[in-house]
Amino acid sequence: MAIALQAKGLTKEFKGFVAVNDVNLSIEKGTIHALIGPNGAGKTTCFNLLTKFLQPTRGTITYEGRDITQMKPAEIARLGMVRSFQISAIFPDLSVLQNVRVALQRTRGESYDFWRSDRILSKFDDQARQYIDEVGLTKFTNERAAALPYGRKRALEIATTLALSPDMLLLDEPMAGMGREDVELISQLIRRIANNRTVLMVEHNLSVVADLSDRITVLARGEILAEGTYAEISKTPEVIEAYIGASHD
Amino acid sequence: MAMKDKTIDAAPVVQTAGMPRLHKIIFSLLLAGLIVLPFFVYPVFAMKVMCFALFAAAFNLLLGFGGLLSFGHAAYFGGASYVAAHAAKVWGLTPELSVLCGAAAAGVLGLAIGSLAIRRQGIYFAMVTLAFAQMVYFVALQAEFTGGEDGIQSVPRGDLFGLISLADNIALYFFVLVVTFGGILLLYRIVHSPFGQVLKAIRENEPRAISLGYDVNRYKLIVFTLSATMAGLAGATKSQVFQLSSLTDVHWSMSGEVVLMTLLGGMGTIFGPLVGAAMIVTMQNYLATFGAWVTVIQGVIFVIGVLVFREGIVGVLSRWLKKPL
Repeated sequence: MAIALQAKGLTKEFKGFVAVNDVNLSIEKGTIHALIGPNGAGKTTCFNLLTKFLQPTRGTITYEGRDITQMKPAEIARLGMVRSFQISAIFPDLSVLQNVRVALQRTRGESYDFWRSDRILSKFDDQARQYIDEVGLTKFTNERAAALPYGRKRALEIATTLALSPDMLLLDEPMAGMGREDVELISQLIRRIANNRTVLMVEHNLSVVADLSDRITVLARGEILAEGTYAEISKTPEVIEAYIGASHD
Repeated sequence: MAMKDKTIDAAPVVQTAGMPRLHKIIFSLLLAGLIVLPFFVYPVFAMKVMCFALFAAAFNLLLGFGGLLSFGHAAYFGGASYVAAHAAKVWGLTPELSVLCGAAAAGVLGLAIGSLAIRRQGIYFAMVTLAFAQMVYFVALQAEFTGGEDGIQSVPRGDLFGLISLADNIALYFFVLVVTFGGILLLYRIVHSPFGQVLKAIRENEPRAISLGYDVNRYKLIVFTLSATMAGLAGATKSQVFQLSSLTDVHWSMSGEVVLMTLLGGMGTIFGPLVGAAMIVTMQNYLATFGAWVTVIQGVIFVIGVLVFREGIVGVLSRWLKKPL
């Protein structure tokens, strides 16, 4: 199988502290890959390195065979690798429709045109509505994004991300702080959008990713502890000790 | 729950594209009022209000819609005023060309300072803009062509397009009306353009805008330059009105005044800066007899304004009416 995203010897040092140490990751195309670990395992740092929000101290990152180690975050987004955030990343003062349109607008250009009326943006409305329907937000289309309940905000974030037609999605704890209903809603959504895309998600909670992901990488203290399917890693003694045994919630 | 309360309170979103009817009505009434105004109040005073309204609106583009607090906008306002005065007096250019020269100079200055300032955020951004504005102030104080403490005085009013004399206050008034009203409409368009939409997205959530693939620094630089240019247009026009450009226009207190006008009126609203500018200029005019007490009175009004109308006068009004203003 082809590799979508690969990291080799990824290391990040903060003054006197190694947050991520020599991590090697390969994410196969078209799979859902989860990166899990207890608090302080370096998941978020690792995630920020892969999405270029942080610059690694050492190591290389390649996406679709291209070296992206030195690229800026906006550049990799334009290559089709789009990230989400732990706190729901929406534009609160814009309407749901406008949120999605901002993404559509970028891929079609014209975003520097300060002398034209925003009336031209209405040509994106139909397409934006499709994405909004897809995540089940139809009746909220003209609502202010800030007024949506938490789970819906995440859905909006996903709709906005989908509007970029990315080949790869990187989700930072997509289920953090959600009630059971919302977790189910977002799980279904992730499964649906992963149909023809690669997904890498960071999660704190192993049970959430158990039946969602094809492969799981367990991080602890900045290093890879185990990698494999849920069935494989859940049998590894180190994982049981360091992760499942310690913080079984 | 706390969050829910906040969403109910916040100002509404513009849903429809194009200019909403309410805005069309307000602009029409404003224009009609401004056409008859010089026959009721002293035209020079009215022109001063219009210049500052444009200045505050230009500043609001950067602060209210770009989310960038510049503390050095006097540099563009005052810098343009010097260039326009010099162009009219020494080069003998017509008023419209002098004003354009001033605005263009402010744009270039804004591009240069902006490209350095946008590398920093928040308070550091404000400090960098202030530092550069102080440099512009000292250039204005020391340079030959700016006339030091005297400034550039008795700037000729000239003939518009070389044809229409602007010596008469009413004729000049209508020139200033066209320039400032046009400038404010242009700012309105910038806010309601595809570019303006991206700008709001960056203001709302910059990391998310980056993750959508936007080069946010380019947008910030463009809005900084546009804001500086329009502030320059205001300053250049003012120099033609008062036939003078002086150190007051480049002084840091001018940068503070425009912040005051914008916050008092309501940052991030369309009409707020205009209201704020009109209030401050009127106050300075009618309270002039109190001398140095003007600043104290201004300060008190500002404190009350911030306490009572946290979102500015127009911001609060907009929330009450549940319509964006």
